[in-house]
Amino acid sequence: MPSSHDWINKPLGVVEAMFGKKTNAWKSTPFLCTYFCMFSFQVPSLNDVPLHYLKPNSLVKFRCLVQDMFDPEFYMGVYETVDPSTKANVLRCGKYKDVTECGVDLNSRNTVTAERQTFYCVPIPGESPWAKEISFLSAARVVPSTSYVPSRQKRSYEEDDDDMDTQPQKQREPHTEPHGNGDSKRQETEAPSSQTTTPSDCSSHLDLNFPLPGERGPACLVKVYEGLDSFKLNDTLEIYGILSVNPVLTVIVYPHRDPSLLLLNPTESMETPEEQRAHDPPASLVPRLHMLYARPLQHNNPLLPSAPTEDQSAFVSSFLVEMASVRAELLAYLTHVLLGDGLAAEYLLLHLISDVYTRRDVLPLGKFTLNLSGCPLNSYTERLYQIVQQLVPCSYRLSMSLHTMNSMRLVPKKDYVANRLVSGALQLARNTSLFLDETQLEQGQLDSSGVRNITALGNLISWQKVDYDFSYHQMEFPCNINVLVTSEGRSLLPSDCQVPLQPQVTPPNMEEYLTTIHMAQFTSQINKFRVYLSLARTLDYSISDEVTKAVEDDFVDMRKDDPQSVTAEDLHRMLVVARLLSLSLGQTTLSRDGWMRAKHIDMLRRSRTEQQKSLNGNEP
Amino acid sequence: MSSPTSTPGRRKRNRDDIPATPKSTAKAGSDGQVSPPSQRRRGQDSSNGDLPAMPTSPATDIASPAVHDTSLFSSPRRSVLPSEVDMSSPLMYGTPSSRVEGTPRSGVGGTPARQRPDLGSIRKAPQVDLHSEPPSADGAVASEQALGQKLVIWGTDVNVGTCKEKFQRFLQRFIDPTSNEDENAGLDLNEPLYMQKLEEISVVGEPVLNVNCSHVQSFDADLYRQLISYPQEVIPTFDMAVNELFFERFPDSILEHQIQVRPYNALKTRNMRSLNPEDIDQMITISGMVIRTSQLIPEMQEAFFQCQVCAFSTRVEVDRGRIAEPAVCRNCNTTHSLALIHNRSAFSDKQMIKVQESPDDMPAGQTPHTTIVYAHNDLVDKVQPGDRINITGIYRAVPMRENPRQSNVKSVYKTHIDVIHFRKTDEKRLHGLDEDSDQKLFTEERVQILKELASKPDVYDRLSSALAPSIYEHEDIKKGILLQLFGGTRKDFSQTGRGNFRAEVNILLCGDPGTSKSQLLQYVFNLVPRGQYTSGKGSSAVGLTAYVMKDPETKQLVLQTGALVLSDNGICCIDEFDKMSDSTRSVLHEVMEQQTLSIAKAGIICQLNARTSVLAAANPVESQWNPKKTTIENIQLPHTLLSRFDLIFLMLDPQDEAYDRRLAHHLVALYYQSEEQIEEEFLDMAVLKDYIAYARTYINPRLNEEASQALIEAYVDMRKIGSGRGMVSAYPRQLESLIRLAEAHAKVRFSDKVETIDVEEAKRLQREALKQSATDPRTGFVDISILTTGMSATARKRKEEVAQALKKMIQSKGKTPAMKYQQLFDDLRGQSEAAITKDMFEEALRALADEDYLTVTGKTVRLL
Repeated sequence: MPSSHDWINKPLGVVEAMFGKKTNAWKSTPFLCTYFCMFSFQVPSLNDVPLHYLKPNSLVKFRCLVQDMFDPEFYMGVYETVDPSTKANVLRCGKYKDVTECGVDLNSRNTVTAERQTFYCVPIPGESPWAKEISFLSAARVVPSTSYVPSRQKRSYEEDDDDMDTQPQKQREPHTEPHGNGDSKRQETEAPSSQTTTPSDCSSHLDLNFPLPGERGPACLVKVYEGLDSFKLNDTLEIYGILSVNPVLTVIVYPHRDPSLLLLNPTESMETPEEQRAHDPPASLVPRLHMLYARPLQHNNPLLPSAPTEDQSAFVSSFLVEMASVRAELLAYLTHVLLGDGLAAEYLLLHLISDVYTRRDVLPLGKFTLNLSGCPLNSYTERLYQIVQQLVPCSYRLSMSLHTMNSMRLVPKKDYVANRLVSGALQLARNTSLFLDETQLEQGQLDSSGVRNITALGNLISWQKVDYDFSYHQMEFPCNINVLVTSEGRSLLPSDCQVPLQPQVTPPNMEEYLTTIHMAQFTSQINKFRVYLSLARTLDYSISDEVTKAVEDDFVDMRKDDPQSVTAEDLHRMLVVARLLSLSLGQTTLSRDGWMRAKHIDMLRRSRTEQQKSLNGNEP
Repeated sequence: MSSPTSTPGRRKRNRDDIPATPKSTAKAGSDGQVSPPSQRRRGQDSSNGDLPAMPTSPATDIASPAVHDTSLFSSPRRSVLPSEVDMSSPLMYGTPSSRVEGTPRSGVGGTPARQRPDLGSIRKAPQVDLHSEPPSADGAVASEQALGQKLVIWGTDVNVGTCKEKFQRFLQRFIDPTSNEDENAGLDLNEPLYMQKLEEISVVGEPVLNVNCSHVQSFDADLYRQLISYPQEVIPTFDMAVNELFFERFPDSILEHQIQVRPYNALKTRNMRSLNPEDIDQMITISGMVIRTSQLIPEMQEAFFQCQVCAFSTRVEVDRGRIAEPAVCRNCNTTHSLALIHNRSAFSDKQMIKVQESPDDMPAGQTPHTTIVYAHNDLVDKVQPGDRINITGIYRAVPMRENPRQSNVKSVYKTHIDVIHFRKTDEKRLHGLDEDSDQKLFTEERVQILKELASKPDVYDRLSSALAPSIYEHEDIKKGILLQLFGGTRKDFSQTGRGNFRAEVNILLCGDPGTSKSQLLQYVFNLVPRGQYTSGKGSSAVGLTAYVMKDPETKQLVLQTGALVLSDNGICCIDEFDKMSDSTRSVLHEVMEQQTLSIAKAGIICQLNARTSVLAAANPVESQWNPKKTTIENIQLPHTLLSRFDLIFLMLDPQDEAYDRRLAHHLVALYYQSEEQIEEEFLDMAVLKDYIAYARTYINPRLNEEASQALIEAYVDMRKIGSGRGMVSAYPRQLESLIRLAEAHAKVRFSDKVETIDVEEAKRLQREALKQSATDPRTGFVDISILTTGMSATARKRKEEVAQALKKMIQSKGKTPAMKYQQLFDDLRGQSEAAITKDMFEEALRALADEDYLTVTGKTVRLL
């Protein structure tokens, strides 16, 4: 058995040796899985370590989202080389390589053509800075101090993404300067800039096709050899593979090539320059990764053990004890954030742990889109988003201003010239929090692309699917995105649940107020919240027959009193609320009590919306 | 290798060219060695693995000089060849076809052969074997049967002679009495099919013979296997065979070039995704959609060089994409004096086409694959982006070009398909029923499962409950939609001048918001292969029908079809039907009864088929359904449109306790039952899909005697109900829809006969729907005229009464030529016992105005 050291530093050697010995045992996935889990901490991650510090042909891991799937390609799985000096024929394995050895005997009868597919992978879109930082720190801790990861590396990384690091740093020492005015100002000026970074400054001329604007990080062409059917678009994976940055891969388009050659070799001239750019970008910018093993990620929260192993269940059971207390703390925190509105805080909490856990024919179950109406204007929503961002591992704030709605591309579209799927902001990983800020909407006319965008958002909310535009037809991709809509009045988008915000406090300086709350939390506390939110989502849930009966009776009774006001829709919602409420308390079955609570808070919410309706009667 | 220099050599019937032939074949052998993909394929292909693979020199192995002698001497071809016109192209692989033992003919000689780059000419890519070239086959390998030697083209097990003979026999004898392809329309199905086609060629003069591979397979499985495995050897042999046969039959016909055989419908591969390395160099058929076509690429076949010094000219073939420029002029011995003359070189047409997997073939959650296809010669520009096509061609893999500056190569092959035959699958949708692309292939077991299901007595209930299980109850609505999915039987009355009868069932759902109408629509849309989902709010008339736009790529005006045309033979789900603008709705009139769509836009005038079932959902105008009003009043849709719906259902909240309880149970179960439990309870969506597809394609029920009687009775009964009260309670439209529903129900049972039970169910369903939608809220009777004329009979009567009362009142007032409007209204209200609304008053005024009794101008009413 090759040692972990061999795997990490010379994976190709290991493969070659096994090819020579004709052992196939290592190909089995469970074997590789346990094997890589054992030393996964020693494997440098492309997410954290800049590309130029990684050794070519070494084992790396990459936490990513499958953004596009290219056509399958045929390659030489086994080929024969002729040694020019000795004339000896040597069989070689072409797997996990982009380039063959010298002196390939193209006519050898032993050549085996095999098939592989290329996935275009990007770092998980909207990954929160804290998630990046924590995974980076934990990785840096264990990366063996070999020469290719110099100690200066961490510095340079931090210099690279300055704005990513500043916030958590501040968090770490909040008590030193809790009311620092200058600090809040600094954050204020910085934070928006991190969102509005134009792609031009990070990837120069080459469009790396990130779903969200302002993203950075390495994109990667992943060559997949086994289990092609098991991967789907938008899957989040942790890929273990062999890094290949061979400069040969960079196709240089010679514009002044001999025209007659061009004429006679249409296979080459066939590819448009756009296509070449998309499919064969410079390897220094978009490295190739030959996948040995890929682990689907249930979540990308670095604070939680990701592998479904024993220590995860141990972790879960230990955390379950604390669940209720953490929930109370989080609720208090959110109540402060929502200006003292406890009910809205409760709903926000439920929203944050919601998850499409299954689909019944076309109906997604478990989604819980929240519409917080009556949000104070100015920068309140922005602040709110920053706080949400601090809690969830993946998030994105879409400011629904007229301009963005008309100009932004939300739905991914196939570009047939470059033969790739041009990403859009709705190509997100599962459980990403999408924060739609409707308070930014001003009067004006939506053009046709704006209408399409709004329709796409509506479809996303009602059916949890996005229709990707393949120009001749549309293709439906199911998704699982938590949508939170903040608006002044009722949102123009559909939602599962609308909660009008009723601020109990009206701080004279909103900015200061929120910053204070934000700062008052210790990192350890925040981390607890983060674990809590990710964990609550993964719990199993069931309803006993007895409670089923009670719920049914209850529904019949409610209908008896007032058949107009309680509809099937309401029951749907209450069942979701009950589910989330139980899960948020760490209970995996619905209790009668849980149901009553769900009913209660739903009633409170409804009375509030009624009230709102009567206040401004013109609202529909 | 037929170089131009060797062609004149052959014209002389002597032995001078004999030494040349082994040479060329020897070269073929060495050429063949640089063909990694094909070679590798042979190495892998287990079925052919034991065949003599790649003899290094076939000339020495098989073709002894003696063979050549006889073959050449026995070949009368030489006598024919002098009459050949100057063949500018060296790729005259067709030459040998003119050779027929014993009987020299003149016909062939006059017809130039045409190169077939689609089969991969030697000059193009390194993987091409010389043995694909018939000259070599002819010269070296093609043994004559007379010699009794079993010789094959090297690398294959194809014996040219046998293969040719077999194919000729196939052409002469193949009969397919059950053929229903439209290509064979007008042919006598009991005569040999392909002989008739040859006759057609001689008349029409288009020298292309399309051969259905499944015919070959049924005739001779071995020949079929050879065709699939070695297309580039076998197809030229077929060409030879067909030309011999043709010119024997029609010696005087003049063709542009020799006949080319284009096989199609190879059963090997149906799906782009399943292409794998084993398919390389084999003949495949895949389906897909054209997404891009390139400009025409002139591909040089032969370069023309002229000496700058002495004007001596020479031709050089393009060999594997390269031109070997002659360094020395053979005439004047000047070095480097030859220049390429472009406009005297020979080019062939070529086009790159990108094809994308059709959406139906794809597994969920993945992106569609694309494949590059090369079309040659007359296949260029045959397809446009957006066309759905079936492609038959040869799958190729070419190693990435070696860069001379780099020592190691990329270990990747480029793949493409050289197309032999295109078949548009959507072309016929514009003018006929497209049976064969719709025909899903069902495996035996699947059919067995479906039939088993069909034989169950409760299949109808089972299927309807399998429909959208997440939506609770509404059994009748689901049943209606189920029947809609199956559809009636198509009837053609165009002989008698009425055209096609609509077979599609249209359904309208109306009801309170939040009664999962949209969900039902979404479900249906996901269930049927050709479904479209639009919302009445966002769609315009053009979005539904078609619009003309300028294609950004080709700069041509193209007709972009809308939802209704796209859902031809499918279901068009229209949500928020009531929010549709009037102009949009008006296009539905034609679609929903005539099933066509007429377009006159930007100079394009045409009629498209739109045989679509419409499933629409509408909300009441007052957001809540008002039970005191009629359907028309509630949803404010024109009755002309409403009467085109076969079934109109109300989805109302029933508001009763038992229902609530069941609903609650259903919903809670939805949330806690596991996936498996659900599946046990309900049919799989996939089974349902297949069931519907099977029934739609294979079952065409007809009315039997009792059923017709039952229908007649039902109709007469319906008419009778109304006649008692002086109103019409049924129209022929109701009878038609009754027939459709009965047929659909028979389809559900997989029955070829419509029986009385089908009629009973159709009657029941229609009655249920009418009970819901056509009940006069004032009288409580079902009144079909609500739907057909927009007004119930009682309402009409009342209108009449009010008008009469008003008239009487005015008359009683004596001679007053003008009256105040408001005054009149108040008077009438005071006089009448029943409450009179303003609407009623206005209606009465209008009725009187129609009688020319008065006119209303502004606020005054004048008597005439």
